[in-house]
Parts: sequence; structure tokens; C-alpha cells
Amino acid sequence: MALLDYFLGQKKKKSANVAKDRLQILLAHERSARHSPSYLPKMREEILQVIAKYVDIDPEQLSLSVDEANGVDVLELNLVLPD
Amino acid sequence: MSKVVVVTSGKGGVGKTTTSASISTGLALKGYKVAVIDFDVGLRNLDLIMGCERRVVYDFVNVVQGEASLKQALIKDKRVPSLFILAASQTRDKDALTKEGVGKVIEDLKADGFDYIVCDSPAGIEKGAQLALYFADEAIIVTNPEVSSVRDSDRILGILQAKSKRAEEGEDPIVEHLVITRYNPARVEAGEMLSVDDVIDLLSVPFLGVIPESEQVLNASNSGLPVILETESDAAEAYEDVVARFLGEEREQRFLTEEKKGLFKKLFGR
Ligand SMILES: Nc1ncnc2c1ncn2[C@@H]1O[C@H](COP(=O)(O)OP(=O)(O)O)[C@@H](O)[C@H]1O
Ligand SMILES: [Mg+2]
Repeated sequence: MALLDYFLGQKKKKSANVAKDRLQILLAHERSARHSPSYLPKMREEILQVIAKYVDIDPEQLSLSVDEANGVDVLELNLVLPD
Repeated sequence: MSKVVVVTSGKGGVGKTTTSASISTGLALKGYKVAVIDFDVGLRNLDLIMGCERRVVYDFVNVVQGEASLKQALIKDKRVPSLFILAASQTRDKDALTKEGVGKVIEDLKADGFDYIVCDSPAGIEKGAQLALYFADEAIIVTNPEVSSVRDSDRILGILQAKSKRAEEGEDPIVEHLVITRYNPARVEAGEMLSVDDVIDLLSVPFLGVIPESEQVLNASNSGLPVILETESDAAEAYEDVVARFLGEEREQRFLTEEKKGLFKKLFGR
């Protein structure tokens, strides 16, 4: 039985590990949202409006965040353009 | 020096009231003068867990609103001499507490020479929970090894760090402590439950200890006894350890692994 469990365990990821992975991603996301400047949502809207004048985009595809890297705050904008 | 300690979690039903009752009793057993306040207005339970529900005449809201003095409302514990309980109101709504009113009660308790003022927070991350943590010097975050509890603990940590009096006034931050309750080592070993290390990793809060999932908690609450006073109980010993570590004592962690049953026990039951 133990041997069988061992092989099954190899195949199927333990649910606690899945929980931890999901939480790691979620908490990182929620923490950065907590620490991001309050103007960010409005700025995101305005940037979207400007881009939409030129390209037909899916608003969901725009990610905008302020991160700290090497002691400076960096505004990161990521957008996948349609084909 | 008085210290205000909030017991908080975000999520409901994780063990805040159980923990508040046992930690305040444990601190009082060490000789400190302790007041434990139920901030769960409308859903009071601490009095039941402490076994003093029939002695509540005036409550926290009465004091905040000036309808009773602190002296009239504080219930002296029957078992531990230096322990006092301030019950929540059963009837009023959540808005009955104001920041100024609560601040005044805490100041008065400090002036009365209380060493520890333990605030049992209501669930949630809104007004009631924010008020319970606002005046805190230290926080005990109660978390179950389970996804929604860990997430809510992280959110309450965000509030502790941004919206407490200490944060607003730019003082030293609230000192945070983690207590993981309802821990089931067998399920952790089976990979079905987040481990202590997982939760510490995710929340990065200094760890006081685990309280194992224990039938004694229900038994104790049935009889109105803080579980720390239950003899021969893992949960009682675990809370005793937590209190000692909270006070700065070094104690080896216990109750992290399942008690291994010997072959004899496996074959013949207990
Ligand atoms: N270590 C534990 N083992 C078993 N049951 C527990 C434990 N801690 C708390 N409980 C139970 O969980 C329920 C909720 O506990 P409570 O302290 O009222 O939580 P909260 O104040 O966070 O809502 C209660 O029924 C209590 O008896
Ligand atoms: Mg409670």
C-alpha cells in the first residue's frame, strides 16, 4: 500500500502544495495592489483611452503596476497587441 | 507599562475568542493584571467561553456611552484573581462603538494599572475589526492552515500596517505574532493541509506556536472554562507555551507532528 501511495503521490500533486502555490500568487498580487498608488486605477483608464484611439485592444490585456526595483519605483506597463 | 494586544484574523470561526480567553487567562496566571474586552458587539461570546455570562450587568457599550462606569462593567474572574472581563453588548448594533469612546476606555484601563488589555476582535476587515485593532501595541494573528483563512490574515496584516493608530501617527509598528490554530498534524503529513512552515512562509509573521485541533476545546467551552485551564489537554499545554513565548521565553515547538502509534497500539487500538 505504501508503495502504491508513493507512486500515486508522484503523479498527483498534494492538495496542500496546490494551496500554497495559489496563495503565493494571490498574496503577491493583493499586496502589490495594496501598496500601489491610489491614482493607478484612474491612470490605467486614461492610458487605455489613449491607446484605444490607435489600436483596437482588449482592456483586460493591459497590466499596469508600480514596483520597486533596486531602490527606485518603476512604472511597468504591459500590453499584448492584437494580431 | 500597559500593553494593548489585539487578537484578530479577518475570517470568522478560526479561534479568536478561544485564543483571547486562554491567552488572557494565561497572562493573568503569570501574575499580570489583565482585562479582556469583547469587541464583537451584537454577537457576544467571550462571556460564555469565560463562564461569566450570568454576571454581565453592564457591558462595553454601556461604558463607551457613559451609561455605566468601567468599575461597574468589569467582571472579576472567579478563578484567576487578576483577570477581568468586559463583555460586548448583545443588543446594540455595531455602530454603538466609537473610536473616541473606545480610546477613552483603554486609557482608563491603563490608568487603572492593567498590564495587558486583550481585545477580542470580531470577524471581518471592516469597521468592527478595525476598531478592535486601532489602539493595539501588539497583535496576535489567529490563522487556520487553510486557504481563505491565510488570505484573510494577510488582509488584516495590511490593515494593521496601514490603518492602526501606530501607523497613522508614524510610531513604531504594531508587533505581530502568529498563532496557527486547529492544526491537524496527520492531515499535514498526508499533504492535505498547509504546514506550519507553509503558513509562516506565506505570511512572514513571527511564529508563537500551533494549537492542535482538539476535542477539549469544545468540552471546555461547554463548561465555560478557558481551555488553557483544562488539565491534561494538548490544547491547554499549547496555549501555555504560546503565552510563555509571547512573554519572551524560549520554548521548543510541540504538537507539530502526529503522535506515532506503536505497533501494539496499531494492532489493538488505543
Ligand atoms: N484548537 C481547536 N480545536 C478544535 N476546535 C476549536 C479549536 N479552536 C477553536 N475551535 C472551535 O471553533 C469554533 C470557533 O471558535 P471561536 O474561538 O469562537 O472563533 P472566532 O472567535 O474566531 O470566531 C468554536 O466552536 C470552537 O470551539
Ligand atoms: Mg469570536
